[in-house]
Amino acid sequence: MTAVISFLEDLGGRATGAIHRLGFASRFLLLTLQNSGMCFRRFSLVVREIYFAGVQSLIITLVSGLFVGMVLGLQGYDTLVRYGSSSALGVLVALSLVRELGPVVAGLLFASRAGSAITAEIGLMKATEQLAAMEMMAVDPIARVIAPRFWAGVISMPLLAAMFSAMGVFGGYLVGVRLIGVDEGSFWSQMQAAVDFQEDILNGVIKSVVFGVAVTWIAVFEGYDAPPTAEGVSGATTRTVVTSSLTILALDFMLTAFMFRGA
Amino acid sequence: MMKRKALDLWVGVFVAIGLGALLFLALKVGNLSSFSAAETYLVKANFDNIGGLKKRAPVKSAGVVVGRIEDIVFDTETYEAAVTFSIDKRYEFPKDTSAKILTSGLLGEQYVGLAAGGDTAKLKNGDTLKITQSAVVLENLISQFLFNKAADGNKDSK
Repeated sequence: MTAVISFLEDLGGRATGAIHRLGFASRFLLLTLQNSGMCFRRFSLVVREIYFAGVQSLIITLVSGLFVGMVLGLQGYDTLVRYGSSSALGVLVALSLVRELGPVVAGLLFASRAGSAITAEIGLMKATEQLAAMEMMAVDPIARVIAPRFWAGVISMPLLAAMFSAMGVFGGYLVGVRLIGVDEGSFWSQMQAAVDFQEDILNGVIKSVVFGVAVTWIAVFEGYDAPPTAEGVSGATTRTVVTSSLTILALDFMLTAFMFRGA
Repeated sequence: MMKRKALDLWVGVFVAIGLGALLFLALKVGNLSSFSAAETYLVKANFDNIGGLKKRAPVKSAGVVVGRIEDIVFDTETYEAAVTFSIDKRYEFPKDTSAKILTSGLLGEQYVGLAAGGDTAKLKNGDTLKITQSAVVLENLISQFLFNKAADGNKDSK
């Protein structure tokens, strides 16, 4: 009996704890947005963070995009050729990249490459009391540390997703046209006929912006909320990757249901 | 710590590649270059049945894409489907042009086919096409065929 009660207590405690954290995270996001004025007046702060979050994720994003596109080319050809429509390979590669894989996979890569780094950095700053020291010097750590990282993530993510998609289309072209020998003209022209700028590309960009906000929000929040110990920082970093990956996938489902329903 | 200038340069390169990728997607992968920019005029047509016609479907004449479906609504006065499509300004059609709903291939998507008439007056923005032909609905074809069969059967037995 006591085991059941303690289990229920534990469950309830976890639930209220989670809701508590969600509330704090929302308040934290609002606080970040309110204190973003400074990082646009001193844009060099954001530029520095774009370097760490965006530029350093460049290689991994481009290389993964290329390989994902090449795999799509191979697998897509394999299926399409059975129905004698291998010329639709360009459509398959471009639509799956622009609509889904570009934003989602780039978001997952961004979460594990840049999100974890942001959390670890902020968590360590908190553990070594740098954030407290800033407050002592009357510098708001949210305006000085959190907001630039947040905006850098929000700016970098759509750019990385676009690069991923473009690289993937190029990879699909390499395998489909150069290696297998699908007709180049129909590859591009069918792609252009099927991919709509507003419907597909713009929606993909909107998705990647949403993922950028979600991932960086989770990353800066976990860092700011991390217990100031070595263990706490490592736990927060893990939570960043797990939570933001799940969030990306869940958000992707919701956005897809909104954007591509029926039409 | 990296120098400010080098940092700015890298971030600049990063943003440039990102925007370049977006541009590539818009122009080479998407259809921004081919259509949306061109000037168009709107033409309406009423169909008894549009089958599976969807918004943004192509409008073709002699197989060439000349426009896109902009809007499909149900007209509650005539109980017909009112389809509005935009046609590229470069292509002018006579007033008595007819519109048909066709299917590309056996299982392909449906589109509107325009066949030019002989009138000397040209279509203007907001005009309505008089001669239209509905989509072929497979169920209707089959039921027609069955009814004919049944009718034939009755004749034979007499």
